[in-house]
Amino acid sequence: MAAPSVGMLRRPELRLSTGAQLGLLVVVVAVLFVPFRGTWNLAHHDDASLFKALNGIRDWVDANRTINPVFLYIFGPIRSGIDALSEALTFVFDHLSWVAVMSIATALGLALVSWRTALLVAGSLAFIGLFGLWTEMIQTLVLISTAVALSLAIGIPLGIAAGRNDRFLRLASPILDFMQIMPAFAYLAPLTLIFLIGPPSAVIATLIYAIPPAVRITALGIRGVPSETVEAATSLGSSDAQILRKVQLPMARRTIGLAVNQTIMMALSIIVIAALINAPGLGESILVAIEKLKVGAAVEAGIAIVLLATVLDRVTAGLSGSPADEHRLRRFDPAARRRVLLVAGALVVGGLLGGLILHAGTDFPSAWHVSIAKPVDQATRWIEINLNPVTDAAKNIVSKYLLDPLQTVLETSPFWLTIAGIGGLAYIVSGRRATVAVVISLAVIVLLQVWEHAMQTLTMVLVGVALTMLIGIVLGVAAARNRIVSAILRPINDAAQTLPAFVYLVPAVALFGPTRFTAIVAAVIYAVPAVVRLVEDGVRAVSATVIEASTSAGTSRLQMILKVQLPMARRSLLVAANQGVVLVLAVVVIGGLVGGGALGFDVVAGFSQRNFFGRGMAAAIGIVLLGVVLDRITQGAGGRRSVGSVARRIVFGAASNRPTAM
Amino acid sequence: MIDHGRLSRLAALGAAAAIALSACSSGGSSPAATGAAPTTGTSPAASTAASTAPCGTVNIAVNPWVGYEANAAVVSYVLKNTLGCNVVLKNIDEQTSWQGFPTGEVDAILENWGHEDLVAKYITTDKVAQDAGKTGNEGVIGWFIPKFFADANPDILTAKTNPTVLNKYAAQFKTSESGDKGQLLDGDPSFVTNDQGMINGFGLNYKVVYSGSEAASNKAIQSAIDQKKPILAYYYTPNWFSSKVDLVHIEFPAWTQGCDKDPNNIKCDYPPYHLNKVVSTKFATSGSPAFTVISKFSWTNEDQDLVAAYITDQGMSDANAAKKWLDANPGKWKAWLP
Repeated sequence: MAAPSVGMLRRPELRLSTGAQLGLLVVVVAVLFVPFRGTWNLAHHDDASLFKALNGIRDWVDANRTINPVFLYIFGPIRSGIDALSEALTFVFDHLSWVAVMSIATALGLALVSWRTALLVAGSLAFIGLFGLWTEMIQTLVLISTAVALSLAIGIPLGIAAGRNDRFLRLASPILDFMQIMPAFAYLAPLTLIFLIGPPSAVIATLIYAIPPAVRITALGIRGVPSETVEAATSLGSSDAQILRKVQLPMARRTIGLAVNQTIMMALSIIVIAALINAPGLGESILVAIEKLKVGAAVEAGIAIVLLATVLDRVTAGLSGSPADEHRLRRFDPAARRRVLLVAGALVVGGLLGGLILHAGTDFPSAWHVSIAKPVDQATRWIEINLNPVTDAAKNIVSKYLLDPLQTVLETSPFWLTIAGIGGLAYIVSGRRATVAVVISLAVIVLLQVWEHAMQTLTMVLVGVALTMLIGIVLGVAAARNRIVSAILRPINDAAQTLPAFVYLVPAVALFGPTRFTAIVAAVIYAVPAVVRLVEDGVRAVSATVIEASTSAGTSRLQMILKVQLPMARRSLLVAANQGVVLVLAVVVIGGLVGGGALGFDVVAGFSQRNFFGRGMAAAIGIVLLGVVLDRITQGAGGRRSVGSVARRIVFGAASNRPTAM
Repeated sequence: MIDHGRLSRLAALGAAAAIALSACSSGGSSPAATGAAPTTGTSPAASTAASTAPCGTVNIAVNPWVGYEANAAVVSYVLKNTLGCNVVLKNIDEQTSWQGFPTGEVDAILENWGHEDLVAKYITTDKVAQDAGKTGNEGVIGWFIPKFFADANPDILTAKTNPTVLNKYAAQFKTSESGDKGQLLDGDPSFVTNDQGMINGFGLNYKVVYSGSEAASNKAIQSAIDQKKPILAYYYTPNWFSSKVDLVHIEFPAWTQGCDKDPNNIKCDYPPYHLNKVVSTKFATSGSPAFTVISKFSWTNEDQDLVAAYITDQGMSDANAAKKWLDANPGKWKAWLP
């Protein structure tokens, strides 16, 4: 069974010993597979004993929610606290006209970044208004602001602690990993069980996702302060608190700004999933549109999300100050700076007054309405009807020759052999510690009684990652070698990364049917941009001297790519594979909504059908453990455990419009 | 004690009159009436009602299908504009809706499809919810195929007396997901289904494949019809999408009491569903006039399909769609008032 995965993860340049080890592993697994295939398979049962036990827990919570002190005095107040915070924000926005909101946002863009950003902000918001989605955008903004404020309030102190204390970082790291690998989809059911449906649960779902980057990047910032500086301060007799306040925090300020930026992007990336538990806003617009198969309306809401992400990203990018922005700021002499702030202030006051004078409401005037829904619908229908024969054939080929054989191997292999094979792979590429984590995770999947479905999901992830890497490497190399390709790909990448996968699920079903392949296609679209970016950066980083030397030695273009650029960008490729695995897993699960089946479907079922709660819970934990397995193996192969594990997460799922934070 | 009841009835009457008037004056279906903001015709009366009627807040669950949305649109429009209720609509699925009864998150479900297990837990055992009468909609659940396929293969419809006839067609319904069996496409996992039990009971060579959502099922069916490909799907009416896809119901031996007792071995079709409303006991005993409207609410499949079509085909907002139907059918909705 290990053959396909080994092939996929193989390093471009293997030292002989590792290669021999892998070869040996494949041979041993294959030899054992033949006589034992079809035995020790753990078939799936909808009513497994563990699922019933978990249902029992659910029943207990239902029965005790109103009397148990933990619910009355801990969960209840948390819920009401979050509710109060979002109500307060809603109150503020309810008293701001659209004119005021728009000018304040524009002023922020001007004050924090530049004129160009200010124009971009104004234009983007105007577009959202023209689409008739202003109110929904404000609702999303309230949700995001609440979640981000709480994420930062929790994440930055924890990040400071992790930055200053090695033991705390070691302790926190696996928990943060867990929070980021766990697809948001998986924790909706337990969240609503404890915090009920509605915005508070949605905010908490967002928190789980948005806190890790806040912690990690803050820690990275604190750790990035040179130890000489800290030592110098210590020798001058500064206290611990003084070092933090006067040295570490100011020097890490820009990185912490990046934490704010990434936290916002994370929060934005799950608003559609949050809408599944009744969070209002743009996410809900998408769900409602999809339910009626209105792709055009979903695309409008999707574009609004992309625009909102762009606005928030550009404005908060000012906080972190990427080099380009710094350059822009440095151009300003103090007097010019004062003028800019004056203009920004005038914009704010003007907006507030203007709103009052014009009697502008809180909603964008509905008379100015622009819709692209109809042409989008027509175009989509045309594509659906005319491309289907081709796409259907592609689906059938991939299913028959890739998915089915791999799935059969994984399903019929005895579970102990599969664990031994994957464990052996982990040992060879990632070392002993990763092996322990991998074997324990797989064993727990067995105990959760979701083994068969886990193998099906693993199949989809492996095929998805293989396609993602293939496409990602081709596009990434092309972009690195050609400025024009890069310039064309960048905005497409940005959009593909920010556009919620839900938007393209409906046309994907029309083209590929409700199948595993549809889930894979959605996952590939979502994961490719990050891979393209990492590959492009990696290939670009290959020094010009090396290239020149090879060119003068008469290397052909293909040789250059295969023999020089890709091998030298090996580390980036491995980081890309690691990213790809986590991103693909996150979306393959959502594929349960479009025929993907397996663990993702179990989660969907558990979320919507009472009797399946236990099954959904078990599947959700199974997904996380599968994520841990894939992550540990690819992370080890990437060979950058310490700084890497902090830094590589930064780009995870993020919609950053800057290349990457790596 | 002030007689709140009479006061609210008076207010409601005023508001109702205002609706009726606006309906008359605007000529029912004129574009002006339908295009206008939902409250224009009734706003003065509504605001009077709001200040006097003890209706308060009504939390209505909106389950994810358009037929339900039509129920919710019409009921909430009447509640808002005749009783001055503060209606909070919550877009959640069926199971989550029932979960909301004991916590007070949900007061009413406006279209319930059976759910014996939930009835047993929340109504019979916990007594936190109760039946609030039929919606008048008759639900049919079953296995459907495109009409072109039924026309070409008429004997597939003899399944009523000879269920195994379906095995003859299994190869044609095969897909990449169903292995060497025929595919039966099921939908949202929260919808009531006996399909695996029926496959076992009738001895059919089919595999249940879940699309995972209603949207995915609808799209898959539409796409199959576009491409003239056979598809066998779990489907149901009333359903806003049924008018867009030409489907034929394959009937099995008729349902009799208890024939579906063993979920793993069912030798009969689905029972007919008399869709009903369910409300929380707290809401039912609160004395809210909204409870009266909800329990009296009743209409036909055609009514629901019409409002659903306003929402989907004509792209009307829920409120405008409701207003258009209410304007045209004053006799029906006035019977729901307290």
